[in-house]
Amino acid sequence: MNTIQEMFQSWGMVERAVAFILLAPLAGGLIAGIDRRVSARFQGRYGPPVLQPFYDVFKLMQKQRILVNKFQNFNILLFLLFTVFSGALFFMGVDLLLTIFSLALAGTFFVLAGFCVGSPFSHLGAEREIIQQVAYEPMVILLAVGMYQVTGSFKVAEIAQFQAPLILYLPGVFAGFLYILTIKFRKSPFDLSMSHHAHQEIVRGMTTEFSGPALAVIEIAHWYENVMLLGMVYLFFGFNPWLGLGVALLTYLFEIFIDMNYARFKWQLTFGSSWLFTAVAGVSNIIVLGLMR
Amino acid sequence: MAWFKRSPWILHYNATSCNGCDIEVIVSLTPLYDVERFGIINTGNPKHADILAVTGSVNEKSRQVLINLYEQMPEPKVIMAVGLCAVSGCVFQDCYNVMGGVDKVLPVDVYVPGCAARPESIIDGMLKACEILEEKYANRNKREKGEEHE
Amino acid sequence: MMNALIFLILFPLFISLLALFLPRGMPGRKVIGTVANAVLCAVPIYLLFATLDQGPSYFRLESGFITTAMLVLEVLIAAYLIYLSVRAKRYLPVVLVVVQLVTMLGFEFVHGHSIQVEYSLFMDKFSIIMALIVGIIGSAICLYGFGYMPEYHHHYPEVKDRRNFFAFLMYLFLSAMFGIIFSNNIMWLFFFWEVTTLCSFLLIGYRDDNASRDSAFRALNMNLIGGVVFAFGIVYLFLSSGTMELDKLLLQDKGTVLLPAVCFAFAGLAKSAQFPFSSWLTGAMVAPTPVSALLHSSTMVKAGVYLILRVSPVMENTVAAQMLTLIGGVSFLVTAMIAISQSNAKKVLAYSTISNLGLIVACAGVNTDAAVWSALLLIIFHAVAKSLLFLCVGIIEYKLDSRDIEDMDFLIMRLPKLTAVMMVGMAGMFLAPFGMIISKFVTLKAFINANPFMAIILAYGSAATIFFWTKWMGKIISIRHGEHEVVEHRVSNWEWTTLGILAFATIAVCLAFPFISFHVIDPYLMELFNKAPIVDTFNILVIFVIMLGLLIILPLGLFFFAFVNRNYKRVGTYLGGANISDITFEGAMDAAQPIQIKSYYLEKFFGEERLFYVGVFVSLTLIFIMFGVAAI
Repeated sequence: MNTIQEMFQSWGMVERAVAFILLAPLAGGLIAGIDRRVSARFQGRYGPPVLQPFYDVFKLMQKQRILVNKFQNFNILLFLLFTVFSGALFFMGVDLLLTIFSLALAGTFFVLAGFCVGSPFSHLGAEREIIQQVAYEPMVILLAVGMYQVTGSFKVAEIAQFQAPLILYLPGVFAGFLYILTIKFRKSPFDLSMSHHAHQEIVRGMTTEFSGPALAVIEIAHWYENVMLLGMVYLFFGFNPWLGLGVALLTYLFEIFIDMNYARFKWQLTFGSSWLFTAVAGVSNIIVLGLMR
Repeated sequence: MAWFKRSPWILHYNATSCNGCDIEVIVSLTPLYDVERFGIINTGNPKHADILAVTGSVNEKSRQVLINLYEQMPEPKVIMAVGLCAVSGCVFQDCYNVMGGVDKVLPVDVYVPGCAARPESIIDGMLKACEILEEKYANRNKREKGEEHE
Repeated sequence: MMNALIFLILFPLFISLLALFLPRGMPGRKVIGTVANAVLCAVPIYLLFATLDQGPSYFRLESGFITTAMLVLEVLIAAYLIYLSVRAKRYLPVVLVVVQLVTMLGFEFVHGHSIQVEYSLFMDKFSIIMALIVGIIGSAICLYGFGYMPEYHHHYPEVKDRRNFFAFLMYLFLSAMFGIIFSNNIMWLFFFWEVTTLCSFLLIGYRDDNASRDSAFRALNMNLIGGVVFAFGIVYLFLSSGTMELDKLLLQDKGTVLLPAVCFAFAGLAKSAQFPFSSWLTGAMVAPTPVSALLHSSTMVKAGVYLILRVSPVMENTVAAQMLTLIGGVSFLVTAMIAISQSNAKKVLAYSTISNLGLIVACAGVNTDAAVWSALLLIIFHAVAKSLLFLCVGIIEYKLDSRDIEDMDFLIMRLPKLTAVMMVGMAGMFLAPFGMIISKFVTLKAFINANPFMAIILAYGSAATIFFWTKWMGKIISIRHGEHEVVEHRVSNWEWTTLGILAFATIAVCLAFPFISFHVIDPYLMELFNKAPIVDTFNILVIFVIMLGLLIILPLGLFFFAFVNRNYKRVGTYLGGANISDITFEGAMDAAQPIQIKSYYLEKFFGEERLFYVGVFVSLTLIFIMFGVAAI
């Protein structure tokens, strides 16, 4: 593991970005496959093959392209582009805030895609997606703020190489981040805008009007995003790469566990509880750090 | 290589079913039968679906809905008539308001008999539908290539 | 150089008098206006390049006559205000005007002879930035007015046609703004300050019906309260330190001039519509659109933050400065949240203005090099994008007969070009990589170092900002094929020209921001702090990559999807299979129901009546603390 890390550090920025662009979809797809398998086991089912997400994406690529309006898929492409871009920025080790803003831009394109088609179901999904964005955005920014307070840098590379365990300084921020991670992973109880499961409450939310290749693109963008988010979890344990990787995976398992145990929340509860939890866990942590200095 | 066999997604529509077959369709998703083993997902959205599973006979009201749903599915797509009512209209076929089986309105590819259809036979039908999906995809490719040659 | 400054102050005044006295249908009136606007744009640009590598310059001016003239004018303005207030049977403004006048006159008679003013006018980089904003955006808005006002009177035949008076006030406003930003003599600054109060009062009340009269008087009251405190500040300043010049104010002992500085900052808060004064700006939307655009982007509110930024170095590292920061922070957060619950487009814009100004005020309170850097950038970006948005909404209001966001469904089908322009403005307001986000980025870093609590406010406030902009953006770009009439051809060329200029400017300032930062803002900060924030060049590079990428990808992509891509089949939206057409579905009883899509407003969380008083209460408390600590 240490050799892997050394190799990674010896790479230049471009190499890291390329590595992310090539490897993240593989890792993300695999994680999604394991997710579906584990979820099935939680429910007492056998579950699909681990490579199932890849099969789905390949199949979607082969479907006919049907559209509601000509421009709907443009937004989706921009969503993918900027998700990949922000992920690449993250793994290049540059400014964490920049990465977050860039990711927010990607998210905005996705929401606009949902609005653009003018379908009631997509519209409802898009509205809920914004509510989710508003729910998680403060915590994501506070994550960057907290890491800066401890390490004195916004650079991902420097945060990752920080010698002391960040988690000891930022337990509250980590807890808050875990909470909103459920939203970001699109897991129950916060999968309001689009769900992986056949809940069918609002058909398929934002993605209702997107089919075939566009849906595949959304799925791939989601994989990229997941890998990047797990990277953020890793940052808390950057002092020990093995531990970091382990905790990142454990976090995902934990999210699956939450996913299996909760019914969907209403948006009021999602939004209110996220802001409250951010305030209790994240904000108090930040203020304590501010006082300690 | 086509991937439809690996990941057929289903849209389930109840034309006028008594709910017997519907329950059986849903049951095939539950732990006991678990069709997700085959990558099958119940999508609830025609635009994501590959297989349209229809239960119940078709009447004047459900006819247009059925056509709309079918229209909104991307190619290649397969229609599966689940249960005797969907296959032929069964005992209701002579009712004044019933048009008969699904094949009166749409080209049905797979017939799954039974009243209600058993989950085993539904799963069997789904896998049959996968093969037809692959076939249709291959035909479409061939057709497109043929057009290019001309 | 001094002549250029005097020219900038007097030229709009001259134009305003022309506008007042030249008869209306006179041919060439609009030509004169256009030429005047071009001159107003050109002179500040000339100033920018002529003084590119120079420090601040100060100018002596024989002030005896001018001061007397100003005093006479002040008395006349006061008399006019008293006359209007008495006629409208409102007595609070009368009291305020009298108090202010007595203070100033008394001060003038007792101490007038002993006031020594060395430099009356001055100019530094900050003034030039403001001059550029006032000159370019202000005159662009006047240009828009040429096309807008005829339509306004066509639309509201019951409003008395006082177009000459309107143009007079608009240019007078610009003149007063130039006066504010170039005055070193605080007495002069105060005079111009009061002129803007008068202009805004008259412009808001232009319609002269009950609603606009209420709003006008509310604006007048609040600004007069600020003015009275300003006057007290001037008197106290002179009595305690004997100086009457802005640049010397900063050199005085911090303790003795703290209270006047707080007074000036208070006047600035009133003018820039921070809590608890926010209601005058939201009420000001009854005025014709050019007025709102002018108040919100380049003049009035910017004068407020201008003054605050000028005096904030005096308050450095005091509790008063912390209170100022918090007032800005509270205004930023609370108004951003209230904006979520509003569906009136102009009100959303108004709250977003207050919110952004709150951020600027907070930056002024923090008063580190990075904070001031981002405050200046915020002023620039906000002015450009917000004026653009206001002008767009003004047009939409007439084309759709509504200013409600809920009525702007499918705007892109009805007013495609206008929607594109609006998207540029909105992107400029909140999206990476455009303007505001660059400054928010630096603001956040500045806040963390100074006061982590502010970083938290910023985190929540940014989230709220995303909400109302994205929601609105989504509304106007949703596409539905159906019977939508394109109504765009009815927009006049005057309006198109202005929108073009501003849309171009929105993108241009983003692309030019390293230049602005390096040549204009950094020198200013060097004077103030002896250092300038070092912005990571790699970050700027990334921002540029995104920006250029978008500028290239967007047109190419749109072209591809519009004309090249043919490999698709068009189907209707999913409506549970009950589609009749694209816009109707079969509902109960065989009825064809149209689809209606509405947005979330989260009234329960962010209702105006729920949050407004929280903001007022908290900010009032903070203001009392601010004055309390300054007085001690």
